[in-house]
Amino acid sequence: MDIFLQQIINGLVLGSIYALVALGYTMVYGILGLINFAHGEVVMIGALVSYSVMMVLVPSGLPPVLLALISVLVAAPVCMALAWAIERYAYRPLRHAPKLTPLISAIGVSILLQNLAMMIWGRGYHAFPDILPAIHFDIGGAQITLLQTVTIGLAAATMGILAWMIQRTSLGQAMRATAENPAIAELMGIPVNRIITLTFIIGAALAALAGLMVGANYSVAHYYMGFMLGLKAFTAAVLGGIGNITGAMLGGLLLGLIESLGAGYIEDLTGGILGSHYQDIFAFLVLIGVLVFRPGGLMGERVSERA
Amino acid sequence: MLDVRNLRLQYGGIQAVKGISFDVQCGEMVALIGANGAGKTSTLKALARMLPQATGRVQLNPPGEAAVDLMRLPAHELVAAGVALVPEGRGVFARQTVLENLKLGAFRVKDRMLVNERLENLLERLPRLKERATQLAGTLSGGEQQMLAIARALMSGPRLLLLDEPSMGLAPIMVERIFELIISARESGVSILLVEQNARLALKVSSRAYVLESGHITLSGNSAELLQDDRVRAAYLGDAIS
Ligand SMILES: Nc1ncnc2c1ncn2[C@@H]1O[C@H](COP(=O)(O)OP(=O)(O)OP(=O)(O)O)[C@@H](O)[C@H]1O
Ligand SMILES: [Mg+2]
Repeated sequence: MDIFLQQIINGLVLGSIYALVALGYTMVYGILGLINFAHGEVVMIGALVSYSVMMVLVPSGLPPVLLALISVLVAAPVCMALAWAIERYAYRPLRHAPKLTPLISAIGVSILLQNLAMMIWGRGYHAFPDILPAIHFDIGGAQITLLQTVTIGLAAATMGILAWMIQRTSLGQAMRATAENPAIAELMGIPVNRIITLTFIIGAALAALAGLMVGANYSVAHYYMGFMLGLKAFTAAVLGGIGNITGAMLGGLLLGLIESLGAGYIEDLTGGILGSHYQDIFAFLVLIGVLVFRPGGLMGERVSERA
Repeated sequence: MLDVRNLRLQYGGIQAVKGISFDVQCGEMVALIGANGAGKTSTLKALARMLPQATGRVQLNPPGEAAVDLMRLPAHELVAAGVALVPEGRGVFARQTVLENLKLGAFRVKDRMLVNERLENLLERLPRLKERATQLAGTLSGGEQQMLAIARALMSGPRLLLLDEPSMGLAPIMVERIFELIISARESGVSILLVEQNARLALKVSSRAYVLESGHITLSGNSAELLQDDRVRAAYLGDAIS
């Protein structure tokens, strides 16, 4: 088996998920300059709602793919409503407060949601049923499962649609204008508050999808999963250049690859002292590295405004 | 077209606009001149609803239509009511192309044909913008950005255009081009409220003017007469009184 290629495949799966979540961070940051630290919790709620819906529907004997589809169709609106409420009640009243205030509010929301999830779903780990048949394809000495293929493909398609929406539609243009200068955007007749709400909601839909993907690929839905996943995705957003859409996609994929390859080789590299369960250190080494050497991230440079 | 009564505005404890009243008739260009810090920008921003703390009565009276109380509209509804502001410092979207900026000006215009018609018409008249249509607005020169900002406002098909120091920081040749654009807008029927540091220019192109001094209107009248007024000449035109 080709470990290198295998880890690339695993990294792409992980990276696709990071990218979907990182987009939520970066879009909100781009438009409000706010780090929505509650976003990881939205992913967690998405995963757990998906899990519950599937569990309710399993006895119905529907094909598992359909279960997954229905579950995400329920989880996405739940996450969107949640994100709407978070923006409306935790952030909007603090729009003109000092930067630290909404950050504290975000942490408060996170703790609230974690505890709420713990009350509803308990402290255990919830294993997802198999969504897709355990088929795999061999490519060049490595294996890719059908689930992994679908995960990567779906994430790529979703991001493609998002990129098209932002670059080509008038709604996307309104979002870019609001991100660049909300006061002027209002002069153009753009309902800025509605655009902000929409940004949160779109990010939440991506989060719900990511939640399902995490659950399906790693079977790790539990009330605390949003914390680490959120931090990793935030790292990916910073790596790509926070506020930059393409950057978030790139940063997500790159971080997934780094972690995966790191986990695959860390044992050899350290002579067995550190095992693959140390994979988390890579993300944070990357975060520290970016913050020290390239705080703007990979795509962080912008056209400067000329007076 | 525009009727302003007792407009007041304060920032924290500072009174920037202290109860001013003025009007702009249909198809008229009115100038608002005054020294730095007189409250000109504050006045325009208040009219454009960018400063919700402003008080007073601001009415838009389009001929043959019901009057609109501008103070009741949220900022993003102003352009739909027919009022467009070209802000101080241009405010173009540097990270969007010239073409995208122009299209944003017509964000609330639902008729695609009309938008394209306006776009073609403006680009025809402004070859500098046409040549740079796919360039990011942030890469334009200051004068080109000012031209873009005005063209973008015209894309909305305004009835009333509020201009905040369109000549600021521009070379005379560029100022001339910009004012050609402004004057042709007025000739096509747009009412204009022009704020300017360059009082001589403002008084030449406008029919009436108001002089703003630390939040009060201290003088007003026919522009041609104000151009000859000793107080105006001494304070704003740099002429020694003989
Ligand atoms: N955001 C603000 N907060 C506090 N004070 C402000 C603010 N904006 C303007 N001011 C004050 O209000 C007064 C009027 O300012 P304004 O910008 O309207 O002047 P202006 O006539 O446009 O001047 P200029 O010709 O220099 O542009 C000034 O004293 C200014 O310091
Ligand atoms: Mg000013």
